[in-house]
Amino acid sequence: MKKLTIITSALLIGTALGGPALAQTELSMWYHGAGNEVEGKLIGQIVSDFNASQSDWTVVVESFPQESYNDSVTAAALAGNLPDILDMDGPNMPNWAWAGYVQPLPIDEAKVASFLPGTKGIWDGQLYSIGLWDAAVALYARKSTLDELGLRVPTLDAPWTGEEFMAALDAAKASGKYEYAFDLGMNDMGEWYPYAFSPFLQSFGGDIVDRSTYKTAEGALNGDAALAFGAWWQKLFAEGYAPGTSESPADQTNGFIDGSFAFQWNGNWRAVATMAEVDDVMFLPAPDFGNGNKIGGGSWQFGVSATSDNPEGAAAFIEFAIQDTYLAAFSDAIGLVPSTPSAAQLTENYKEGGPLAVFFGLSNEQALLRPVTPGYVVQAKVFTKALADIANGADVADTLDAAVDEIDADIQKNDGYGH
Amino acid sequence: MAEISSRNRGLRLFARYLVLALVAVVFMFPLVFMVVSSFKPDGQLLADTSSFRAFLPVGDISLDNYRAAFERAPIGQFMFNSVMITMVTVTLSIGICSLAGFSFVFLDWSGRGVILSIVLATLIIPFETIAVPLLLVVSRLPWVGLDGVEWGWLNTYRVQIVPWIVDALTIFLFVQYFKDLPRELIEAARVEGASWLQVYARIVMPLSGPVLATAAILKSLKMYNEQYLWPLIVVQDEAHRPIMVGLGYFFQLNVAWGELMAYLTLISVPVLAFYLFMQRAFIASIASTGVKG
Repeated sequence: MKKLTIITSALLIGTALGGPALAQTELSMWYHGAGNEVEGKLIGQIVSDFNASQSDWTVVVESFPQESYNDSVTAAALAGNLPDILDMDGPNMPNWAWAGYVQPLPIDEAKVASFLPGTKGIWDGQLYSIGLWDAAVALYARKSTLDELGLRVPTLDAPWTGEEFMAALDAAKASGKYEYAFDLGMNDMGEWYPYAFSPFLQSFGGDIVDRSTYKTAEGALNGDAALAFGAWWQKLFAEGYAPGTSESPADQTNGFIDGSFAFQWNGNWRAVATMAEVDDVMFLPAPDFGNGNKIGGGSWQFGVSATSDNPEGAAAFIEFAIQDTYLAAFSDAIGLVPSTPSAAQLTENYKEGGPLAVFFGLSNEQALLRPVTPGYVVQAKVFTKALADIANGADVADTLDAAVDEIDADIQKNDGYGH
Repeated sequence: MAEISSRNRGLRLFARYLVLALVAVVFMFPLVFMVVSSFKPDGQLLADTSSFRAFLPVGDISLDNYRAAFERAPIGQFMFNSVMITMVTVTLSIGICSLAGFSFVFLDWSGRGVILSIVLATLIIPFETIAVPLLLVVSRLPWVGLDGVEWGWLNTYRVQIVPWIVDALTIFLFVQYFKDLPRELIEAARVEGASWLQVYARIVMPLSGPVLATAAILKSLKMYNEQYLWPLIVVQDEAHRPIMVGLGYFFQLNVAWGELMAYLTLISVPVLAFYLFMQRAFIASIASTGVKG
């Protein structure tokens, strides 16, 4: 009897202690980083800290391979099987909001006031998503190369003009020391094209779509500025300044480090690895082709699915995740740009005087979001194909006209995507 | 004269084998590259691609990529899933498709010609065109389990098995083979009082070794090697993912090439073992169907 009493008491105590845990509501969360050990650990730490910090919610993460993540989310939306919390690539957010996959993020916008513009997913005047980091692109160069070729160091305030940039490429080409003067990473024919190359078009004065209405690409993608951009773009490959679409991944990865390329257009996610190999690497701002020097903005962000039964719980997790300590942890581990100035000061690389601090400035001052429209997902693919075709010798005007027709047809087919 | 003829014949044979050997070497290159690269660090692997060293196990050779690949992805789980899904699907497919073929060939029922034509017509429909409607169907199907009735088949093994059990090609293989079986045997069994099911089980199936091997091989290769799009959209939890979806784990912003090669080498092992075990039947199946695996 005594034994039974002890067991019963133990069970009752166990039940009482376990009470709050049992009351926790489970929140499902999908993340795009399956196979990425570093990101997986960081996300796991945030989730673990959040789950331990309160008694209302338990977040459970399911990770997906990045290359197929969007397809999985789209399929789940069709099947009515979306999780509570989603992460999404910034430029896709308007499409997902328009399609009804995600809902406005119910958090106080004052809490994200200091975030970099590229980390905030805003559609139709409402905040839908927020990112723990941004990514930035820069012109990789060696200090020794600039010295040898007699080139001035461009800065954010005084970037190279288009003429200066081409003169730098000519000097590198004429030196005979490099296989190519400039590498653009043309083998990566995914989101890299619109992310990394549309800022060149915008610096010429063109764009993927007319942002004043978002109802046509006419004039933006095939006007005089776009034609000038197209001619310049084609010249890079036709005259042997840069490797084309058949570039091997091996060359793209090693070419700048082993000295085959004088300059490389690359993301900050390669910066840490490059610094380890190249002592005098410099990260230079984009050249200005007449309408300002620009780079792409917007990376992965968290949002709440439209079908979540617990949007307040999902928002509570996202608010928890955007603490400076986590932003800094991501930045230190992966080399990404932290979302806030205060988080940047907590990092090794982005604090004032840090080796990558220039990227924070680039993100803050040069970043231009890709077109904020649900139609972007189609426009990005059309733009990518057009640039690859032009690089491979297609007629510039015909190719851009065809791209405009395709983009406009898609916009019309979708009744203007709500613009 | 006979000596010259014999020498010529020997030379011709030598030339023929030399050409065949060269062709074999060319076809072996990708496999050799995959296996050799799986032992090299990424830097060396990429640097070697510009020379013949890419096919030689030279330089900094180690098992590090294999260790890292196992840390990056639950390879054992993925392989178990794929092997299990393949085995169950192939077993059920052979049973059901052979019954369908038997019915089309031996049973006399009205409209079978039309139905067979409709079944065969589905061969020209690419899976991508029915993926979304099929997704909507399976996401709402009921299932009776230990916990009672559940709705929706997503995130299960059955959703990766059931839609693939019946296919037109396997039925077609059985129909074609059954047509050539001697009718006298079937009629004799029927005269002796055998039921149709007995004819199927005791006469037809024991005589169908070649077509069983052909169907099993083609179906196994399809299930093991080509299951990507469907699991991608119907399986969200890692525990049920097959090996092909696991490939994506290695395509990060900085692709882990060495680990990717290690993963590919590992997942090729069951296919190579299966091929070696079924080599004769495999060659015979390609010769008899004209279908390349």
